[in-house]
Parts: sequence; structure tokens; C-alpha cells
Amino acid sequence: MSAEKTSFAQALNAALDDAMADDENVIMLGEDIADEQGGGVFKVSKGLSGKYGTKRVRSTPISEQAIIGAAVGAAITGMRPVAEIMLMNFITVAMDQLVNHAAKLRFMSGGQTNVPLVVRTTTGAGVGFGGQHSDMLEAWFAHVPGMKVATASNPADAYGLMRSAIDDEDPTILIENITHYGMTGPAPEPGYRVPLGKATIAREGGDVTLVTYGRGVSDCLNAAGQLADEGIEAEVIDLRTVSPWDEEAVLSSVGKTKRAVIVHEAVRPFGVGAEISSRIHEELFGELAGPVQRVASYPSPVPFAKPLETAFLYSVADIVHAARETTQKKVQ
Amino acid sequence: MNKAASSPSLSPDMARTIYRKAYLINRTDERFRAMLTNGELAVAYYPVRGHEVIAAAAMAALESDDYLVTTYRGLHDALGKGIPSRLLWAEFAGKRTGTCKGKGGPMHITHPETGVMVTTGIVGSGIPIANGLAMSSQIRGENRVAVASFGDGASNIGAFHEALNMASVWKLPVIFLCQNNQYAEHTALAAGTSVSSVAERAAGYGMPGVSCDGLDPASVYEAMSEAVGRARAGDGPTLLEARTFRLLGHIFGADFSYVPKEDLSAAEERASMTKLRQWIGERQVSEKELTQIEEDVDAEIDEAVAFALESEPPDPDDIRFDIYETEQAA
Repeated sequence: MSAEKTSFAQALNAALDDAMADDENVIMLGEDIADEQGGGVFKVSKGLSGKYGTKRVRSTPISEQAIIGAAVGAAITGMRPVAEIMLMNFITVAMDQLVNHAAKLRFMSGGQTNVPLVVRTTTGAGVGFGGQHSDMLEAWFAHVPGMKVATASNPADAYGLMRSAIDDEDPTILIENITHYGMTGPAPEPGYRVPLGKATIAREGGDVTLVTYGRGVSDCLNAAGQLADEGIEAEVIDLRTVSPWDEEAVLSSVGKTKRAVIVHEAVRPFGVGAEISSRIHEELFGELAGPVQRVASYPSPVPFAKPLETAFLYSVADIVHAARETTQKKVQ
Repeated sequence: MNKAASSPSLSPDMARTIYRKAYLINRTDERFRAMLTNGELAVAYYPVRGHEVIAAAAMAALESDDYLVTTYRGLHDALGKGIPSRLLWAEFAGKRTGTCKGKGGPMHITHPETGVMVTTGIVGSGIPIANGLAMSSQIRGENRVAVASFGDGASNIGAFHEALNMASVWKLPVIFLCQNNQYAEHTALAAGTSVSSVAERAAGYGMPGVSCDGLDPASVYEAMSEAVGRARAGDGPTLLEARTFRLLGHIFGADFSYVPKEDLSAAEERASMTKLRQWIGERQVSEKELTQIEEDVDAEIDEAVAFALESEPPDPDDIRFDIYETEQAA
């Protein structure tokens, strides 16, 4: 990491730029991504079509099935497409291509073909986009064998996860958070990689483990600061890859702290937290000092009006409260 | 929309090639159904009777490294493209020696060496993927074309429309081969499709739409060759409709009393293999050559069936492999 600062959007742009420079098989396709159309709605692909040409950086029609289908077809010939689905809710239009094809072709072909595809998409509540532009749908893809899902919590990781996902021989969905693009952090060295499937400890602590990813990381760090004032030392684990997730890192941390809180922006029922909680209980039941807690958003469509949107989203106070609960509730 | 003209100019060599493929497809389909009937195999199977000539003649117009994406009713396409019989049979029988190690089955036949890149069980979904294969060829400056093979029913799903538009905008070297067999599962063309010829839909996407007689080898071969030529020349995609009739039910064993008897018997007459043989015989292919082709193909199928039946099934532990590049824990 250098002392220089970079934004999330700049880090992603640099990752794509460097990957395209390193390997001519890397191509990009998505709505409005070429410079003539603005270089992407969040400017993540700005300058790349000018540099690499519109053959390799293609603005597409508004046709999500055709975008992902074309990316799947190119990927099985050994190209490394990075397909952008502008907002995660639009991915629903392309579910067949992702679930039935991208994730399964390796297996169904007996390993003769594979799909080194990256799907970039963004989403997130809190900015008033309402019910069809804000959902966190990572659990859907985590439930599909053959698919990988990752999301970064800081600009350097955004760069490193993007480079690893492009290198990877299997399909990966990279979820960006719409509130993150302006976030700045230390700039990564060119070529930096964050390995898929490996978590990182964002803060060490011995009293309770906060397991999270994406936007949840800064919220958990914030909560950990407040908890420290009360004498509770929280360890924060940034999963970085949601699926396949780093069970070893989580179990080892919870094995130490005996308490866990799982935090995600997606709605609680049947979410990623349910799986992680279940695995912790399966492996560490006898050692836990209290039941695993989940902090997640309220199970409604993402509302528009601010008071409702606030009621929907989990808060840092919820994390602090849940952590306190685990340190007070004992398993009888 | 254009009608492809039937041409008498098919060379004897090409006539021979097409006959060999059509006969292989016909006998394989028949043998497979016989084995399902007598219980030697128990597999969901979508018969291809009536599609033999389309696959034989269309695939004969391709090179072996051209790409193909087909569907669950795809045995004819895979064989037409040149997939080895024994690997196909072993996969159909769910054996480890099959194209896909028994992990795919009849609905997911894949064999990149012969260009069979994807076989999908989802109606219409292969069409956007064929665009990607064609895009890869276009970006790399290769001469390969991609063929998406699908039925008339698939022309009513969104993927078809998204993909045709994109292919036209990007002038992709792709051929959309619609094998119109008049029935989408149990629904007749007129009951579920807004046009009487699928080729008419090409007009909406600014590409040539051509309709050919799927029971006439010359008609299919000529139309396909023209579409392939256009794609290789960089002039973009073609929607090619090859018209035939599905002579059996949607899936093996299914009732198809919804097909009017007179339509069926007329189609059976037009699709007769004896008639095809006679037609090929009129193109300087001798009786001796025809008999030789048939003997060779029969022997190839016998050998393939024996190989499939003798082969070992997959090991249960194989399930951990080919999900991701690295094996998954038990």
C-alpha cells in the first residue's frame, strides 16, 4: 500500500485498466460503459474505450440477458469478459444466463469448458433510489454452486478483488456499493491481488467477533470503537469473498472470542448471516458463550422516503446493541 | 424475407457427406428410442425424427472449428457437427467415458474439439451465448462463425430478441438457425407465434431472414452456405429458418394426439428416409456407395452402444470436481 490516496471508483478503473493492459483477452461490455456514452454511469470505465478501443470496451443495448450471454460465450473461448450490470436489481433479467449457464457450464461439460467471467454490479440502500435500484442480492448467488461472490470494503481491496476475479477461471460477481464510489483510502500497488475466498481481520479484539463484508466493515469498525469505550474489544472480520467464504478465519476468531455478530446490509431472512450463524453453531456450539446474533436490514422492499429508508437499514447502534447482547446472554 | 431456392448443384461429395450425417442421426435416434422402449436405458429424451436433413446439411456447410450452440433436442446437431458417436452414447448412458463424464447428460452435450460448445436445456438461452462465441471470433480476427440452433418456440422468448438485436448492431459472425418443426412443446405454431414464418422476424432486427425447406438437403445447404459466407465476410448475422415437422412427441413416450393425423402422415411421407436415399442416389452417388455408408454407420453405432454399455459409471466422489477449478471438500 502506498501513502497515496485513491477513491473506490479510481481503484476500480485502475484495476480494469491494468488488467486490460496485461492481457488482451480481457474485454468489457455493459450499458453506457464506453466514453462516447460517458464511461459508465459511475465513471468506473472512463477512458478505457479510448485507450483500448470499442472492440474491447463495448457499450451495449439495454439487454441484460444478451450482455451476460455474450460474456458467457466469450468466456468459454478463453476470453476474460468483465460484464457490467449497471444496478444489481437489473441482474434479475439475466438470472438464467448466470445461474443456469455461467455457474454450471464447467460442471455440466465435465470440465471441458469453464467461464472466467466477472460481473460488476452496484447497489445499496440509503440514497433514495427505492425498491428496484437498491437491493443486496448476494445470498441468491451464494446459493448457486459454481458461482463466486465478492465485495470490497475499501478502494485497495476493490482493486485487488477485481484483479483476482479477472484472473480466476470461474465466474465471479463483484458487488460495489453505490455509497462507496467517493470513499478514499490508501492506493494499492499496481498488480495488487486480494485472494478470493480469504477473509481479513480489519480490527483485532478478544471479546466478540463481528463478521461482515462490504459497507458493513466501516460500520462494524465504527461500532467496535464505541464498544471499546465500554470495555468490549470487538474483532472485525471482513470476509471480502462472500462465497465461497473463509470458514476457517471465522471459526478461528469465534473460537477465540466465543461470541459472534454477523452484519450485512441485505435483509435478514435466509441471508448470508443465516448460513454463517449455522456453521458457527455446528462447529462451535459447546464453546459459545452466547447465541450468535444477526444484524441486517428489515425485510421489506427498500423504501423511498427517508424515515422509511432509515427504518429499513440496520444501524451502527444495532451492531453495538447486538454485541452487548452476546456478551450478556449466556448459553445455559 | 427471402425463400432459399433449391439447387440441383449439390456436388456428389457433399451429397455423400450429407447422407452419411442424416443416416447416422436417423439410426442413432431410432436405436436410442428402441433402447428406451426395451428398458436398456432410462433417460429423458427429446426425439429428433424430422430434423435429420437440417442438421446434416447445415452442419456440412461449417468447418470443424466453427462454433455450435444447440438445445436439449440436439442429438442431430451434435452428430451433424461431428461429435464422436461413442462419446455421445456414453454421455447419454451417464457414463464416466462420456463427453461430459456423465455430469451433463443428453441435455448438456459439450465437445469443444468439434465445436459443440454448449447444449442448453433452457429454451432460447443458447442464442445470446452464440453471440459471445461470435464476438470472441470477431475480436480475435478469426474466421470462425457461430451457429445458434433452436426451435420455433424459442423465437418467442426474450433472449431471442435481445440476442438478434445485439448481433445485428455488432455485425457478429453468427447464424441463427431456427429449426421450425411447427410445435413448441404441445402448442402449434399458429397458436403461439405471431408470424407464420419465423424468418419474418429478421426484419425487426435489420438482418436477412431466409426460409428454407428443412427436408430438402440442397435447400438447407445452399441457404446455410450463403449465411455462413455472409458471416465470414463480416457482413453480420442471418436468421435462417429451416422448416420441417416434428414426427414424434415433444419428449420420448409423450402423447402427441394433438397433432392432426393428416398433417403427420403428410410430413412422414415428405421426411421419408427412403425418399432421401433416392434423392441422394440421383446425385451421382452409387448404390454401392450408399450401402457402404449405411454399413459403416451401423457398425459405428453398434460399437458406440457397446462402448457406452460397457463403460463404468462415474464414481460418487467425482461430484466434488468441476464445480470450480479447484476441487471442493467432500
